[in-house]
Amino acid sequence: MNEQEHGRKIGDVILKVENISLRFGGVKALTDISFDVREHEIRAIIGPNGAGKSSMLNVLNGVYTPQEGVITYRGQQRKDMNTHEAAESGIARTFQNIALFSGMTVLDNIMTGRNLKIRSSFVEQAFWFGRARREEIENRAKVEEIIDFLQLQSVRKTPVARLPYGIKKRVELARALAAEPSMLLLDEPMAGMNVEEKQDMCRFVIDTNDQFGTTIVLIEHDMGVVMDISDRVVVLDYGKKIGDGTPNEVRNDPEVIKAYLGAH
Amino acid sequence: MSSADTFPRLLSEHANVRPNAPALREKYLGIWQSWSWADTNREVRQMACGLAALGFKRGDNLAIIGDNRPQLYMAFAAAQCLGGVAVPMYQDAVSAEMTHVLEDAAIRFAIVEDQEQVDKLLEVREGFVSVAHVIYSDPRGLRNYNAPGLQSLEALRALGEGFDNGNPGFFDAEVAKGQSTDVSVMLYTSGTTGKPKGVCQTHEAFITSAKGGVAFDNLSAADNVLSYLPMAWVGDHLFSYAQWLVAGFTVNCPESAETVMIDLREIGPTYYFAPPRVFESLLTNVMIRMEDASKIKRSLFDRFMAVAKRCGADILDGREVSLGDRIQYAIGNVLIYGPLKNTLGMSRIRVAYTAGAAIGPDLFRFYRSIGINLKQLYGQTETCAYVTLQPDRQIKFDSVGKAAPSVELKLAENGEVLVRGPMVLKEYYKRPDATAESIDREGYFHTGDAGVFDSDGHLKIIDRAKDVGRLANGAMFAPNYIENKLKFWSHIKEAVCFGHDKDSVMAFINIDLTAVGNWAERRNIVYSGYIDLAGKDEVYSLIKDCIEKVNAELAAEGELSHSQISRFLILHKELDPDDDELTRTRKVRRGFIAEKYAPLLDALFTGKSMQHIETQVKFEDGRSGSISADLKIVDAKRLPAISKAAA
Repeated sequence: MNEQEHGRKIGDVILKVENISLRFGGVKALTDISFDVREHEIRAIIGPNGAGKSSMLNVLNGVYTPQEGVITYRGQQRKDMNTHEAAESGIARTFQNIALFSGMTVLDNIMTGRNLKIRSSFVEQAFWFGRARREEIENRAKVEEIIDFLQLQSVRKTPVARLPYGIKKRVELARALAAEPSMLLLDEPMAGMNVEEKQDMCRFVIDTNDQFGTTIVLIEHDMGVVMDISDRVVVLDYGKKIGDGTPNEVRNDPEVIKAYLGAH
Repeated sequence: MSSADTFPRLLSEHANVRPNAPALREKYLGIWQSWSWADTNREVRQMACGLAALGFKRGDNLAIIGDNRPQLYMAFAAAQCLGGVAVPMYQDAVSAEMTHVLEDAAIRFAIVEDQEQVDKLLEVREGFVSVAHVIYSDPRGLRNYNAPGLQSLEALRALGEGFDNGNPGFFDAEVAKGQSTDVSVMLYTSGTTGKPKGVCQTHEAFITSAKGGVAFDNLSAADNVLSYLPMAWVGDHLFSYAQWLVAGFTVNCPESAETVMIDLREIGPTYYFAPPRVFESLLTNVMIRMEDASKIKRSLFDRFMAVAKRCGADILDGREVSLGDRIQYAIGNVLIYGPLKNTLGMSRIRVAYTAGAAIGPDLFRFYRSIGINLKQLYGQTETCAYVTLQPDRQIKFDSVGKAAPSVELKLAENGEVLVRGPMVLKEYYKRPDATAESIDREGYFHTGDAGVFDSDGHLKIIDRAKDVGRLANGAMFAPNYIENKLKFWSHIKEAVCFGHDKDSVMAFINIDLTAVGNWAERRNIVYSGYIDLAGKDEVYSLIKDCIEKVNAELAAEGELSHSQISRFLILHKELDPDDDELTRTRKVRRGFIAEKYAPLLDALFTGKSMQHIETQVKFEDGRSGSISADLKIVDAKRLPAISKAAA
């Protein structure tokens, strides 16, 4: 899919990863990884199981601190950062294994994504007056827009535990979007979905990128999905980068074919 | 009642009489938004002027495609203000199906809901150029479209406002030019046989029909309806448009097709219309949830439903009921019926109608017994939906009631129902041949349905007149009648019977995935999906049971006792309008199915016990694939005919 169809302009590099290495004891999860992400693009990280995809994502939003290498995000260089700082700098994510509050409704789960936007004090919130009340109304309005955007109206008041898997994934995306991120990290958003759910999710990822201009970094196992929706793809294998480029370039890269595509 | 004789004049009258009363509501971003009559009138005026600015002229057709949205209801009025004709189309039709209607009606202007419909129209446009102007109400996803003639409704209204300011008096003059005998709307038939035909109805036809119904059931401006049925269907046009403008009540549009049940609860309509399948799926849901309920709740439910079954309908009909039963019913109303009606969103219903297909007696009695005034009506697109209505307190489950106000009704010699009155269609669009065929010289419209009058003068519909066939031994064979009996079992979703010119009757069955799935779950039967479940031996014996009970009923029905089902199979896929097996209103296309599944039909009639079949299917996104399966064929027990005297 070209830029025109997305109707957005891919901008400058906003995230630069240089020579990242991550070790857990003697296990090398990532070795000397470098790549960049440009504003408004959909960037995929692919690779076989255990290639280090999720580790890479965890490095990006501060869950892991790499032993070596530098990450530059919007001109700011950092070596280690915690997840809270990542969220405040506009990075939101979803998880491979759904991490929602299963006893809470869809609406309440998405509302938690607005946490960082809340300025009112604990006391104001407890008694629901003044700023707390105004803020809740504003936040609810924003959340309703996201519910509308992701077509979750029919389950708005349903506890998450009662929802099918595909919808839970969508609720996760909704919660991440509630933070109005400038960069969204998606950890296998289509894993375990059926064909129809995958198509819906692809549509939502593309629409998010198109409508809000959100830069998206996604990890995905499903090759078809990645090739269809990404602008550029990084390929990892055994913690090393073996390919980087447009879906077409990657598809024709002999090393990638050997490591990944050939197996399918 | 008002003397205004066209829909635009009715609208402006409401805007004068009750400018601030809510005319339309829609749930958007979680909140119900209202349009008062004054708002509605103003937006219709802007829309009409915008269309005029684009060159829409008297007699032009305006296609309207989408879910039930306030803006789309306004679009009907906007077209009619200019003397145009509204042509609502089924929103779930694929673009290839739309082509016929678009070409037939020579559509140049279309007002549609969203990107989905825009995409379809732009796709059609590639092969066919006349849809010059496509106007959409929901801009999502359309920001970067730059097809010529494509614009938002907002832009159209802005254009209209400018045009109105530049041409003061234009709009009022156009509305004044309208005649009650002008065609107001063109509704396409569902096309059970052949290509859909455009049914031209005048303002007068729909207004007379709507007034009849409004007076019959005492509807007023205080009523509320929830509009969720396809706008292209005559029922929705009558209830949500014609009666809306005649009675001046409030039309509520759901947030999305998936939230209808939630929205129903929030609105609590006072006047409700649904085809039997909606009532059926509601009841199925209630029953499934009751089976999962705690023991105490279940026993209370069973206890009081038995009371309701005994006396509920009689209390509703004002018949004599003993004091003891009345007291029990009152307690049941507090504990069970009231909360149940509230859950269903039916607490405030004064009148509910069902039509479009036969409703099961148990289903019908269930709703009446808990105090919902559910009634049946009979009609078709060609008669503005009404031919007969059931009067309050004269309800029979197997009849469709008496002739509606201003309807003349009689039966032809072969039993076909004939209708005359102002609500009969003006003509089929560009089809004088079809018009001449269905309206005779005396002005009677031939409905194509076979019926009989019972001793109280209530009409009873048996089948399509042309579907009524004969078995090889000459006995009458009414497939629809048998299929309906089968479908009254909650485990059977669709049934198709064959037997014309044959010795015996065979049936294709579609199981109901929700009901049978739940049944299987409770018995620890593991299945992966529809095909797997449909092939289980346990399911076959469950369906066999249902069929044998239907055979037992048929055995007591004189000539029809020959129509007992001898063999059946459970189809490996659900019949689907996308595969042309059902019409968009979900009626089975028996001939098409017989052709498509010819090997299965042969196997049924030749006595095989197993047959392999491969079938093409179309997915919702337009791609197609194929599924194959080996289907079992099972014999059902037939009973000797019971003579009327013995019964």
